[in-house]
Amino acid sequence: MSPITRGFHGRPHHEDDAARLPPGQHIEADFPVLSAGPTPHTPLDRWTFEITGAVDRPVSWTWEELLALPTEMPTVDIHCVTKWSKLDTHWRGVAIDTLLAAVKTSASHVLAKCDGGYTTNLPLADVTGSRAWIVYEYEGQPLPPEHGGPARLLVPHLYFWKSAKWVRSLVLRDDDAPGFWESNGYHIYGDPWKEQRYTGD
Amino acid sequence: MEGTEIHRRLSGLRGRAARLFGRRRHDHEEHVAGAAPVARQAAVWRLARVSELRVETAHATTIVFDVPGWPLHAAGQHVDLRLTAEDGYQAERSYSIASPPEEPGVAITVDRIPDGEVSPFLNDVLLVGDEIEIRGPFGGYFNWHSQDGGPLFLIGGGSGLVPLMAMLRHRQATASTADVRLLLSARSSEDVLYRDELGALGAVDDVTIAQTFTRHPPAGWTGFARRIDREMLAAVGPPPEAMPRVYICGPAAFVEQAAELLVRLGHPPEKIRTERFGPSG
Repeated sequence: MSPITRGFHGRPHHEDDAARLPPGQHIEADFPVLSAGPTPHTPLDRWTFEITGAVDRPVSWTWEELLALPTEMPTVDIHCVTKWSKLDTHWRGVAIDTLLAAVKTSASHVLAKCDGGYTTNLPLADVTGSRAWIVYEYEGQPLPPEHGGPARLLVPHLYFWKSAKWVRSLVLRDDDAPGFWESNGYHIYGDPWKEQRYTGD
Repeated sequence: MEGTEIHRRLSGLRGRAARLFGRRRHDHEEHVAGAAPVARQAAVWRLARVSELRVETAHATTIVFDVPGWPLHAAGQHVDLRLTAEDGYQAERSYSIASPPEEPGVAITVDRIPDGEVSPFLNDVLLVGDEIEIRGPFGGYFNWHSQDGGPLFLIGGGSGLVPLMAMLRHRQATASTADVRLLLSARSSEDVLYRDELGALGAVDDVTIAQTFTRHPPAGWTGFARRIDREMLAAVGPPPEAMPRVYICGPAAFVEQAAELLVRLGHPPEKIRTERFGPSG
């Protein structure tokens, strides 16, 4: 039970939106940028997306091949571990289910790898079942580089650092291996509804 | 650069941080039940008492907290604050730590966002003696330990100076001789945090402090009076061959621009660490 902070009243809050906000989050109208380093720029003619690791055979798609796959247009709420949430964001991309249909695997986890060296780990079950996508459009426009373009992972039910920007491959694994932020004090799983921000939460 | 390389580098850093914490743990034994790992200590909410308030500018205040059992932090890390209203409503925010690990307590500097929910409270309502929930320290990447050495190139936009100031203070407290250059962008000299302290720091050997004023330079100012650009970064910073550790903090667009220009100047992307301030009212 937290003690009351003298003199703090907070802003009037709308119950409808409040029900969609995980604990400790507040609504942000803008789309803040958070990255650990410079924004990488890979030309599309050299861009590929791969599924490798514990699979029967690795698969790779070029940019054109990715765009040719069946698309989905998820509308989702996103929750950044730095406390902002953004409701009803619109994306276009390819479901991870669609990509995984190209391989056979008994893997339990996946490590997403990105241009610039960023990585993040997830249970395989969290990127299947129409809960995760490789997205390349945001609000009807090509995804800007600072927000992860040309393509990023979108896993909206976990904190947004799991939705890796500039994603280039998914490495399927038989075990869980911490990614970049997960090795730097952030939670291994990152469920915003359980407020799993940091190691130990 | 491959992810695995970053991992090797990071686990080295974490090892150092762990050793540092390990050395100091006995200082805090009375507060720590057992030998809980540092990360778990950081996740615990603690009740902090405001021990000092310092007005820095017309829109920013430094708050010094006395936090029983505080685990040693590293320069560049942040804390989370949690405020609770009488009706049970809670708000949480993250703030960079301004004080070095060598100083008692934890200091943050909060810029007042005019229509913000938390920052006006912290600037205008909070009093010495008030208690507030805090946890941390967090963030294992945007850190500098004096044993990491130099050269250092710190680039701050507005209140992005805060974690860089923790690094400068840590450098001074440890008598480090690492070559450090600070490039600070502010709207006017009235907007510069820690003005007197920066003046004193800049008078020391090995510390170069360069400022640029983007809106209202002081009368008679002959220095930079524009947004950061390639020439400014090349003039102030160590050359890419010196392989400086670069830390950039500020508003998103400022950080994006500075990082992009440095990569084009030839600085390896993996030497550039960024921290971006989203709006956090």
